[in-house]
Amino acid sequence: MSNIEITKNILTARFDAINPDSIDEYISHNGYSALKKSLLKTGEEIINDIKTSNLRGRGGAAFPTGIKMEAVLKAYGSPKYIICNADEGEPGNFKDRYLMEKDPHQIIEGIIICAYATDIKHGYIFIRGEYINAINIMRKALEQARVKGYLGDNILDSGYSFDIEIYTGAGSYVCGEEFALLVTIEGKPGRSTYKPPFPTTSGLYNKPTQINNVETFCNIPHIINMGGEEFSKIGTSSSTGTKLISLSGNIISPGLYEVELGTSIRDIINKLGNGIPNNRKIKMVQIGGASGPIIPENMLDIKLDTKEMKKLDLCFGSGAIIVMDDRIDVLDILKRITEFFHHESCGKCTPCREGLTQMLILLDRFTDGIATTNDLALLEILMETMNQASICGLGQAAPIATQKVLEYFREEFTNKICSTDS
Amino acid sequence: MLVKEALDKYGKTPDKLIGAMLAYQKSTLCNYLTEEDIKEFAKETKIPESRIYSIASFYSLLSMKERGKYIVMVCYDVPCYINGSVNVVNELEKILEIKMGQTTTDKLFTIEYSSCLGCCDKAPALQIGATLYGNLTPEKISSILSTYRGKKDE
Repeated sequence: MSNIEITKNILTARFDAINPDSIDEYISHNGYSALKKSLLKTGEEIINDIKTSNLRGRGGAAFPTGIKMEAVLKAYGSPKYIICNADEGEPGNFKDRYLMEKDPHQIIEGIIICAYATDIKHGYIFIRGEYINAINIMRKALEQARVKGYLGDNILDSGYSFDIEIYTGAGSYVCGEEFALLVTIEGKPGRSTYKPPFPTTSGLYNKPTQINNVETFCNIPHIINMGGEEFSKIGTSSSTGTKLISLSGNIISPGLYEVELGTSIRDIINKLGNGIPNNRKIKMVQIGGASGPIIPENMLDIKLDTKEMKKLDLCFGSGAIIVMDDRIDVLDILKRITEFFHHESCGKCTPCREGLTQMLILLDRFTDGIATTNDLALLEILMETMNQASICGLGQAAPIATQKVLEYFREEFTNKICSTDS
Repeated sequence: MLVKEALDKYGKTPDKLIGAMLAYQKSTLCNYLTEEDIKEFAKETKIPESRIYSIASFYSLLSMKERGKYIVMVCYDVPCYINGSVNVVNELEKILEIKMGQTTTDKLFTIEYSSCLGCCDKAPALQIGATLYGNLTPEKISSILSTYRGKKDE
């Protein structure tokens, strides 16, 4: 797998080539052709194709999409639901907003194909309330799809009926977490719950529910059109396809880039982002967003590959890359990240709610210059507890950035210790 | 808009509640829900008042504190921060003569911190209504605010 192309436009191929308000332009660019092909296949055939493609979820957890679909298909219970998670709120990410604003029908086509394969009649697109333009564009696109007969009763005379409703969030990061999202649709505050059972068996209204990220759904029509086998040749053996990268921070050309999986972070920063402004040097890079790890400059040759990154206990998450130059104070950034999680914690479980409060107190002791060796030990135990005992991904992932800084930039903490406890 | 009108438009089932509350709040002059509104929602939907209150107090886009006609949401997160969002906040506070979280005396603007607005490629950013403003510098703030002054009702 040596021929990795840095830029490979599959999901973004129609960006700016079509008017997102026009379903006809989408159709004229090969749109809804994958749906027509899918309606001639059985659900099992479609799921097998997706399994062959080795597509993994693009929301951050990288769970194999085909296996999730199979679980929903086999799950007992009716009705079943399908949900497109467009509650993008991970700081540093903006890919889902672009996907909705620039090619809304690609998402809708992907959802319909998945729903057909798992025999689901009702779908939701959960869009965060702040994304007002995206909400309006998606609403309009759904209406156009209904008029054309791609949604509604008896889709394209196939005998299959399905429709999608838009649900808008009301400002809460944790609602991007599966169970918090589900209870929000049920009209409650977005507080997660223990797993298992997983949504595939007990999701919305305790019924089997398939939840996927916007970008994951966008891949589906392409897998159907090119075939799972062909799709699996893109990228690496453990990470197939492309990935949308939200590149931001201290970078000359920030923006959204689609890269073939297997591309190195350094290539993305230098060849797509054109490097760092003002002749500064890179100090650190945060991957995936606020819940992702912070790595030093000498690790940037790592490739976007689940397996390779896992060896170092890293992951590329939802694909944000936030570049920070050598002026940036690490502890200052960690405080801001921790404040974000502290604000967004739902408060349900103690490790997350109290852990974040205590993390902020401890981080303050370091920045105030009054920390002791005991504070450092306490911080590490506290974060480990949060990883292990928080009930949802928010609390589990909230300390990751700080933990990785302790791994790669330990002196940033030890230099601030003013006394040693006896 | 009355509470009842919002519920008639969106539906009275729990899954329609948050949408109805957002729409109702938007129609109020000061962008917030009063205790009476909460009671009214509970009465009309037959959902316990405590649950309506828990929703109103949980979500950032809902408020139980009187706010201005335009909410200026400034991103608090790292990509905006390292591109100078602090300077943008200082300029907003200076021009509007209020602190973060406060409302101007003419009830026109409230400035609030927001979680990531999904605009990190144009950091620092702020959002007013549906409009995103990116690549901000302190110099741009005054003209952005002036477009909302004397603006007729949408």
